[in-house]
Amino acid sequence: MTSPLLDLEHVTKRFGRVVIAEDLSLAVGTGDMVGIVGPNGAGKTSLFGLISGDLAPGGGEVRFAGRTVTKLDPAARCKLGIGRTYQVPRPFGDMTVFENLLVAAQQGGGLRRRASYAAAVSALERTGMSGQANSPAERLGLLQRKRLELARALATQPTLLLLDEVAGGLTDPEVAQLVEIVRGVNADGIAVIWIEHVVRALTASVGRLICLSGGKFVGDGAPSAVLAQPAVREVFLGSEVSAALAGGSLGATGTGDGAASGERSEP
Amino acid sequence: MTSPPGQVKGDGEVAGGARPENGTPLLEVRDLTVNHGQLRALDSISLRVFPGEVYAIIGANGAGKSTLLRTIAGLHRPAAGSVLLEGTDLTRQRPERRARQGIVLVPEGRRLFGSLTVEENLKVGTAYARPGPWSIEQVYETFSWMRDRRSQRTAQLSGGEQQTVAIGRALVANPRVLLLDELSLGLAPVIVQRIYGMLPQILATGLTVLLVEQDVSQALRVASHIQCLLEGRTTLEGRPADVTAEQVEAAYFGLAGVAPAGPPVEGSESLWPG
Amino acid sequence: MAWVNAIIQGVLTGGLYALFACGLSLMFGVMKVVNLAHGDLAVVAGYIAIFVITVMNVPVLWSFLIVVPVMAVLGYALQRTLIQSSLDRGVLTTLIVTFGLSVVIENGLLQFFTANSRGIGAGLPLVSESFSLGSQIQIAYLLVVIFAVAVVVLSGLQYFLSRSKYGRLIRASADDQEAVQLSGADYRHVFGICAALAFGTVALGGIAYGMYSQLSPTTGTDTILLFAFAAVVIGGLGSLWGTLLGGIVLGVAQQIGAQINISYELLAGYLVFLAVLVLRPQGLITRGAQS
Repeated sequence: MTSPLLDLEHVTKRFGRVVIAEDLSLAVGTGDMVGIVGPNGAGKTSLFGLISGDLAPGGGEVRFAGRTVTKLDPAARCKLGIGRTYQVPRPFGDMTVFENLLVAAQQGGGLRRRASYAAAVSALERTGMSGQANSPAERLGLLQRKRLELARALATQPTLLLLDEVAGGLTDPEVAQLVEIVRGVNADGIAVIWIEHVVRALTASVGRLICLSGGKFVGDGAPSAVLAQPAVREVFLGSEVSAALAGGSLGATGTGDGAASGERSEP
Repeated sequence: MTSPPGQVKGDGEVAGGARPENGTPLLEVRDLTVNHGQLRALDSISLRVFPGEVYAIIGANGAGKSTLLRTIAGLHRPAAGSVLLEGTDLTRQRPERRARQGIVLVPEGRRLFGSLTVEENLKVGTAYARPGPWSIEQVYETFSWMRDRRSQRTAQLSGGEQQTVAIGRALVANPRVLLLDELSLGLAPVIVQRIYGMLPQILATGLTVLLVEQDVSQALRVASHIQCLLEGRTTLEGRPADVTAEQVEAAYFGLAGVAPAGPPVEGSESLWPG
Repeated sequence: MAWVNAIIQGVLTGGLYALFACGLSLMFGVMKVVNLAHGDLAVVAGYIAIFVITVMNVPVLWSFLIVVPVMAVLGYALQRTLIQSSLDRGVLTTLIVTFGLSVVIENGLLQFFTANSRGIGAGLPLVSESFSLGSQIQIAYLLVVIFAVAVVVLSGLQYFLSRSKYGRLIRASADDQEAVQLSGADYRHVFGICAALAFGTVALGGIAYGMYSQLSPTTGTDTILLFAFAAVVIGGLGSLWGTLLGGIVLGVAQQIGAQINISYELLAGYLVFLAVLVLRPQGLITRGAQS
């Protein structure tokens, strides 16, 4: 029985009264591709923080590649093979794109010179940034920075790649190209967990979709099945539309049930 | 009662809430395009709000809903397009001028003045108010609990109470169009329902409401007209009675061929290599 | 008994320091502007007073009626132009710009008025005379008047901020600039009024200092700005009455230091300032107490 690559066990995180993660358990195997959806404030980016080490859990364990990493800081976890992009890209502005990737390969990947050059070049080619290799990172526009974010994460030689909303703002053809790149990365054996609001990017690429709401998993399975689950629909569309999809008709106003459709915590 | 799939437009039926399609709308947005840096937040969005309507904008996060309201209020400058109030072009006007003309936004997250009391917050709302039925006294009549707590600092109120004060602050300015941005964020559903329950009273005083709501069902419950945004484009528009749940779902997630497709942002190279 | 005298002197000087400090506190509290030219503006006011008195023959005690409004208008204008545009570029830019302003003012004053120090109203009985309490306590009339003026000014400011429409708008703008716009207020105008208040009060302080001591082009940064800063920090950022408390603490510390050894006067004040920064950086009165 192979143990999962990433194993979260009963992970909990709170900020004061606000629950960010509630008793989350998640297992992701080597080479898996998992998508995560959820409304704003559901705790998706925080979940990444708990995996990558930016957030320390209040309870529970995080295991990666057989090791317990709950107490390890992000740099250590990166060296072990967890690569991650951030919603707001922050490259090293004074350095060129290539230099940014070199830093990632050497520091995050722990590679020596020649190997790090190779890793940086490979990340460049993968994401199609070869033409910008010598551009100063601060001159890149927002969309280019997103590309660089992905390249940097790849340059750290991850076995698990965490993508945080990279498809936002892209046109249809661009989304399709992005999906191709990520599938290529996954085909090389790198496990991917992908948070997205652009749901169609996920439905086109992942085999497993998880819905997160209020710090809890509300759905977990094949994408089309999860999106059809009443609980998941309720999270996004509310109780009435969800009920209507299940087989009522929309427009039955007045008796909207006041029951909580997913927990919402007060700020 | 279903309509053909795809976009649904109100077609001026007289049944309960007519839209005078040929009249001048109270608030109009024409081909509005807003960028955040190189990211296109809104792409050629248009909408028309007629007097007395409750117009709801729905859509997933990143769809551009709040950006739309904030641009109408004047907090963002559009790259193209215009905002009109009763036919007058406001696009070049600063936010405070628009507020004085009657476009008042209740922003996302309430944004009350934390070091001021409830009453002082309301008083700030009256500073540049237009004449009309709403006054601080009227707000106290409508939300009776506020009168007892009027000397309390707003930072000490609960989320739902703060939301109500924020609405009160906007009401005392006697707006013509009240913009409500994500009322329900961070509030328990019961509280949200109670706040939305006040809408009829507000409308009865002659206001028109344009709101952004994350909870689609809630929006459908209160709106007389809805518009769904996805990644900066409109995927659905019409009266709640005319749309099916499937249409809403498809418009919301951008599935089943409803996904917006368009040319890349002018002047920028494609993000991903061909 | 000499100690009692020192303490009384220190307390009264606190009033003068409060006049220096309240404008600085206001501008920082509301706009997050650290106006490094603050002290120099007090000196400018003093020099305008001197001009008005010597050239236009206005009686000394009425000079402030001209100078304060002039400075207030100058404050509004400077805020709407120079300071607002540097605020739009960031906090650091504002710091550098006001520093530059300070340099320009000082050198301008040096050019026009030379480095000699000047006093205001030297011959007046109010300025030079004092009264006695018992045999060992001498209190200058001027200091008492300045203290009284400071209390009146602070009360007036406090009332204005708590009760008036613009006072509310100023406090609201300090909390949330954008939300204030949504209520129909142009925050740039509101900030202008805030600056006008700051410049007006520091003008009073400058004239008072010119009467109490002497003014020279560098007095602004040498003395006034530092004392203002110290009073604000000791008293607590965000509290108007805190500037009076801070001024009093500073003044008393200085006078006690002077009693020990005349050259310890300034040092004692700054040691107390340092102690507050280390032990209670939020100051003696914290924000919650205001309005």
